[in-house]
Amino acid sequence: MTALVSVGLPHYLVVAALLFMAGLITVATRRNAVAILMGVELILNAASLNFVAFSRFVHGGVAGQVFSLFIILLAAAEACIALAIVLSIFRNFKSVDVFNTTTLRE
Amino acid sequence: MRLSALHYVVIALLLLVVVLAVGAGLSKDFIARINAATVVFYLLGGLATFCAITVAFSRNILHSAFALMGTLAGVAGLYFMLGADFVGVVQLLVYVGGIMVLILFAVLLTRDITDIKISNLSVSLIGGVPAGLLLLGIMVRVLVGAPFKTTAAIAAPTVGRIGDSLLREYLLPFEVASVILLMALVGGMVIARRAVKEEAGEGVPLPHPGAPHPGREDRHPSSEANT
Repeated sequence: MTALVSVGLPHYLVVAALLFMAGLITVATRRNAVAILMGVELILNAASLNFVAFSRFVHGGVAGQVFSLFIILLAAAEACIALAIVLSIFRNFKSVDVFNTTTLRE
Repeated sequence: MRLSALHYVVIALLLLVVVLAVGAGLSKDFIARINAATVVFYLLGGLATFCAITVAFSRNILHSAFALMGTLAGVAGLYFMLGADFVGVVQLLVYVGGIMVLILFAVLLTRDITDIKISNLSVSLIGGVPAGLLLLGIMVRVLVGAPFKTTAAIAAPTVGRIGDSLLREYLLPFEVASVILLMALVGGMVIARRAVKEEAGEGVPLPHPGAPHPGREDRHPSSEANT
């Protein structure tokens, strides 16, 4: 019982695992391309939370926080490019359903 | 908003924690261990998890988008609890302020959202959800039993140390990251702009220089009398 109350490293890791699972299910089962991108953001957040938690409890420095900052940066770049691609796909196919966009040309 | 089965699982787990805490609260020692940090952790973790499951299972993609905002805010709160104040602020600024706005723009610019029923379909939930739950079980089983050596926390303002390490041992990744951001900026503009130009060229043909301007003729009183 005291394991539930004294919040430590495993609690944060379990929350990150839950976020990762939700993101994985989103990526695996969605048909809307924007929703798949949301799943990717969830997975990146889970990894980032793991980095910060290990940095706090195991490493003791700021290295994990720096990696987490790089993850946020890459997520911003990824969202920018991916949403531009989604808009381009929508203009060409009139749909963002990934089942309809199975060809590389119109 | 319809709640899915996994929502109820999360709510039940949180209630179980509460019930166990109340049940074990008969011992004074247990009560003494519950502090504000524990309560805040469970609130933030519950918010993040609940919203993440909404992202995964909501029928309406706008609900998914706003639930993603809740998840990102909850994770930012967990960063603050972990003593990573700078990362938490960056998460709030970049994710909630920037990426969420981008995602909302993309959701609202794509046309399918007017039909709620087809805006956020899911396929193969029968295969995807058990696979995800199995992976979750394996991860939790491994993580909870793992013997990590824990150390003491560092002092709260981490901005100076992060800046030092960004300009010393992570200088090369820092510079590469700035190049990547520039590439993403230019690349996003190029990809979105080309599509706009093609559509404008196809849809609206430019008027001939000799032809009378249609807009100016419409405003003429005599042409109004004809209509």
